[in-house]
Amino acid sequence: MKKVEAIIRPEKLEQVKKALEEKGFFPMTVTEVRGRGAQKGICLQFRGKKIEVDLIPKVQIDMVVPDSDVALIIDTIRATGRTGKNGDGKIFVSHVEIVAGVRTDEMITE
Amino acid sequence: MVLDSGDTAFIIICTALVLLMAPGVGLFYGGLVRRKNLISMFALSFAALAIVSVQWILFGYSLAFGPDIGGLIGSLEYAGLQGVGLSGDGIPDLLFMVFQMMFAAVTLAIITSAVAERIKLSSFIVFGLLWTTLVYDPLAHWVWGGGWMAGSGILDFAGGIVVHISAGWGALALALVIGKRAGFGQYSMEPHNIPLTLLGGALLWFGWFGFNAGSALAANGLAVNALIVTNTAAAAGTLAWMAASWINGKPSSIGMISGSIAGLGAVTPAAGFIDPIGALIIGAVSGIICYYALLWRLNRSLDESLDAWAIHGVGGVWGTVALGIFALSGIGGITGLIGGSSAQLALQAVGAVAAVAYAFAVTFMIAKAVDLTMGLRVTEDEEYVGLDISQHGESIYV
Repeated sequence: MKKVEAIIRPEKLEQVKKALEEKGFFPMTVTEVRGRGAQKGICLQFRGKKIEVDLIPKVQIDMVVPDSDVALIIDTIRATGRTGKNGDGKIFVSHVEIVAGVRTDEMITE
Repeated sequence: MVLDSGDTAFIIICTALVLLMAPGVGLFYGGLVRRKNLISMFALSFAALAIVSVQWILFGYSLAFGPDIGGLIGSLEYAGLQGVGLSGDGIPDLLFMVFQMMFAAVTLAIITSAVAERIKLSSFIVFGLLWTTLVYDPLAHWVWGGGWMAGSGILDFAGGIVVHISAGWGALALALVIGKRAGFGQYSMEPHNIPLTLLGGALLWFGWFGFNAGSALAANGLAVNALIVTNTAAAAGTLAWMAASWINGKPSSIGMISGSIAGLGAVTPAAGFIDPIGALIIGAVSGIICYYALLWRLNRSLDESLDAWAIHGVGGVWGTVALGIFALSGIGGITGLIGGSSAQLALQAVGAVAAVAYAFAVTFMIAKAVDLTMGLRVTEDEEYVGLDISQHGESIYV
């Protein structure tokens, strides 16, 4: 199993969520986060006075899926979450050792 | 020219009630925008209050209520409040001046609906000064200051033409010039804080008692009648909008409070001429037509963002015309269609159409002029980050 952590624009959440649904991916955890990328946030210029907004609101989608679904999820998030401008986000994929249910004794270890 | 202490005390209190409507509009609008723009909406209402308060003292009051020039505008005789004194007929002239000042301020606050989440603060200050001078002051003069509408018998008790048509139709023109918000129609722009909007709406309803009852300019029976028809129309508008939206889904609280404002806006011009049964009909009809006006705007994907046009503009036209239908001679001395006279209805229709045309056309020109010279909009990045940070350097939570 893999964990997909996608950090995207908050205003794109509805579209990304819907596209994932259409591909059959329902389970997810969504968190409101703040962060910055290589551009160090957004710098606004006012007549000599600079205002830096270095932590920008984003949304993080966490999903745990079989290894074989990862490529399709990445494609789907890219296709719907992309504007082409700085700040579209990042996707991180990592290995998950155990998935254990709470309601049942389900245990997946691969 | 004898002062009445009761009348004077009453209008001082009404002035304060109307003042509270400016932050009321700020709260109402602030809850409807995304959270990155709440401070901006609130600040625009305070800016409107401050701009008009200064402009009104210097020359606005004189343009609206100074000695008439050709039925079109007041002269500058009262500029800087020269000759506006402590005495007056019933209430001091100075009190009438400040009571009217609050109306002008609230009107400018209402129009900020059109530019929500994308206006440059400095451009709003310039636009607001021009708008209150070139749109509000002439209209106030036409109807209340002895201008051509007053001369031809067109009536507006507390501001259906002067406040609601001017702000509502001005907002439509302004929205067309400034353009849609980035992402409008592509992703959700749901209200971020509904309780703020409800509280703002409640303050408006409260302040409206001063607005309409105070427009009797005396603590008398006419003021009491205005207060009661105001409350009745607000309630009828609330229930009507609720019913109309219930048919299409769940009746939202935002819909209910929008219906209240629709009823309040519509009863405003008629409040001194109708009885509570007339108010019931005016309010209920307003709730329904404003609801459908809002749907029409959404279907046309017009980004008049917070619906000053659908609620104040459409409700104001309806109320101005409805005065000619429901007026009863026993209340304000005017007989409407239900009393068998159609003369007032025709006059009201002329007044409404003229006010719509004037407010729309002149607002459009002012907005274009400001847009071409200094730009109405913030940059794309500033809009994305939100006006709270980009225009005020603040966020609602730290």
